[in-house]
Amino acid sequence: MSYQIGGRNLKSRFFIGSGKLSSYTVIPKMVEKAGVEVITVAVRRIDPDAKHENVMDFIPEQCVVMVNTSGARSADEAVRIARIGRELTGSDWIKIEVETDAKYLLPDNEETLKAAEILVDEGFQVFPYISPDLVAAKKLEKAGVAAVMPLAAPIGTNKGITCAALLQPIINEIEIPVIIDAGLGRPSHAASAMELGADAVLANTAIATATDPIMMAVAMAKAVEAGRMAYEMGLLAEKDFADASSPLTGFLRRGA
Amino acid sequence: MIYRELLAAEALYQAHKSAVTRTELMAIIDKDYLDRIDYLKLLLTDDLEVLERMARRAHDLTEQYFGKVILLYAPLYLSDYCTNGCTYCGYSLEAGSYERKRLDSEEMRAEMKVLKKAGFDSILLLTGGDRRQSPVAYIADAIRMASMYFSEILLEIYALTRQEYDVVRDAGASGLTLYQETYDRNLYDQVHRYGEKKDYLFRLEAPERAIAAGFKHINIGPLLGLGSAVHDMFMAGIHGDYLQRRYPEVELCLSYPRLRPAGTMAGPSDPVDDIRFVRFILATRLFLPRAGVSISTRENAYVRDHLVGLGMTRMSAGSKTTVGGYAHNCSRPGQFVIDDERSVDEIIAMLRKRGYRPEFCNCVKGIV
Repeated sequence: MSYQIGGRNLKSRFFIGSGKLSSYTVIPKMVEKAGVEVITVAVRRIDPDAKHENVMDFIPEQCVVMVNTSGARSADEAVRIARIGRELTGSDWIKIEVETDAKYLLPDNEETLKAAEILVDEGFQVFPYISPDLVAAKKLEKAGVAAVMPLAAPIGTNKGITCAALLQPIINEIEIPVIIDAGLGRPSHAASAMELGADAVLANTAIATATDPIMMAVAMAKAVEAGRMAYEMGLLAEKDFADASSPLTGFLRRGA
Repeated sequence: MIYRELLAAEALYQAHKSAVTRTELMAIIDKDYLDRIDYLKLLLTDDLEVLERMARRAHDLTEQYFGKVILLYAPLYLSDYCTNGCTYCGYSLEAGSYERKRLDSEEMRAEMKVLKKAGFDSILLLTGGDRRQSPVAYIADAIRMASMYFSEILLEIYALTRQEYDVVRDAGASGLTLYQETYDRNLYDQVHRYGEKKDYLFRLEAPERAIAAGFKHINIGPLLGLGSAVHDMFMAGIHGDYLQRRYPEVELCLSYPRLRPAGTMAGPSDPVDDIRFVRFILATRLFLPRAGVSISTRENAYVRDHLVGLGMTRMSAGSKTTVGGYAHNCSRPGQFVIDDERSVDEIIAMLRKRGYRPEFCNCVKGIV
């Protein structure tokens, strides 16, 4: 089933990052085998006159390039990096990453909001990467971003959905798509994110550091699909007691 | 301030510089966050089984936070004039007199073109400590020229004042490498016989002046073998931890060149063998999981190859440590003897073979 995001019609709800990959040659294979349609690329990793390899050469034409501003320390830097990114890639999908904390690499929601307001005005499809904060997400939605991208856990930690209680309100209250990004280490984490009601997920570390990145991408993509299917169907509630299939009190209704 | 921090760390070092049991060490390795005493305990142990466990954890942490990627950079020596008397350095006046050289702008351009052609995008500009021969204005000119070719410009020059850091920052430099050499203040005074570098505190506080001027990438470390290696590693870790906590926006990197024959010094007073060297890198990764670790061509090919995946995040390649060495082969003395003479292409092939991607590009040109 296709869905609308950032002015596009997409099928795949599984986005991949390229930063930590051991080789860019796996990108076309992941696109082919896992059906990936959106790939993030850091502007700081694009060297237009690269002698050795340019990541852009490995991204199949049908894919959407989501440019990210990693390395930006302020709204101003993020905005400038975004403009350069659009020029270098021709893509107007911009993931705002402003990290003023190099130790945990947690996003700076305040600077991100400032950058988002400017970039929306400049006609970008803006995807802000944020700490899971409903108030920030609301402000971003009001600013006109295409989606919000709250983290599940600090980037690279593989810890999974560590803050469902903070993510759920965002999913419940925000009308634009919610993409859960960062911290997803296993297919089951991706499935959980989708079961919560996320519109898509993004992963990089889990794939890049897997023994077989392509197979891991396929596994994650399947998990995303399974999670989404279950969410759309309606998840069954968890119960504290076993629920016998034959009612235990049915005998009381005999003859009723 | 950092000096007070180091004094407190000294007390910690004295109180805890005894070895602990294997069980305790294994528990430290499994911790999510290591404290300073944990770090010291890992630096001290010579248990090879502990080392193996540290290696596994360091490998996982490095891949988690840095991916399967190694950033390649090239050093470019601008001038070997130096007015300092450092007993361990080939540039020192103590090393005897040889004809010094300083690149003029045409020579600089020739060097940069060679490095650009080799594919580099991250460059480290170096000079000796001589404010008359390589003044700040000269360095700023070199930075401006380098900005036309490279997106990341790092400096390894003498310590500057805050105002001078503003000048080189405005010229386009974004990173600073500054080795404290040793954190033992008495020894520091002995090995720096004269010259501006003799001022221990001026150097120790330089990274923070650079940060105040807007530098984003700070690389610190000791020259291993000059003083007590464990003590210097411990203090360098404390220095790094201090910078990371105080300036969270800064990308921190550590490197610890091992002292090689140079200058008038016969050899290291506390030699660091490969086992200790690797242990130091692993301990750094466990203590400061997000800090970069840079390894130069001072280290031999065998060691460098095996450090891929064990904590190293940056390496230089195809380096020349002589002034003008890229555009012209010359027999001038370098700052140190290179032990990994492989070409950039050979380093790239080695990384790929090990399942790693060589990365050249780390910054957006014009945005520093």
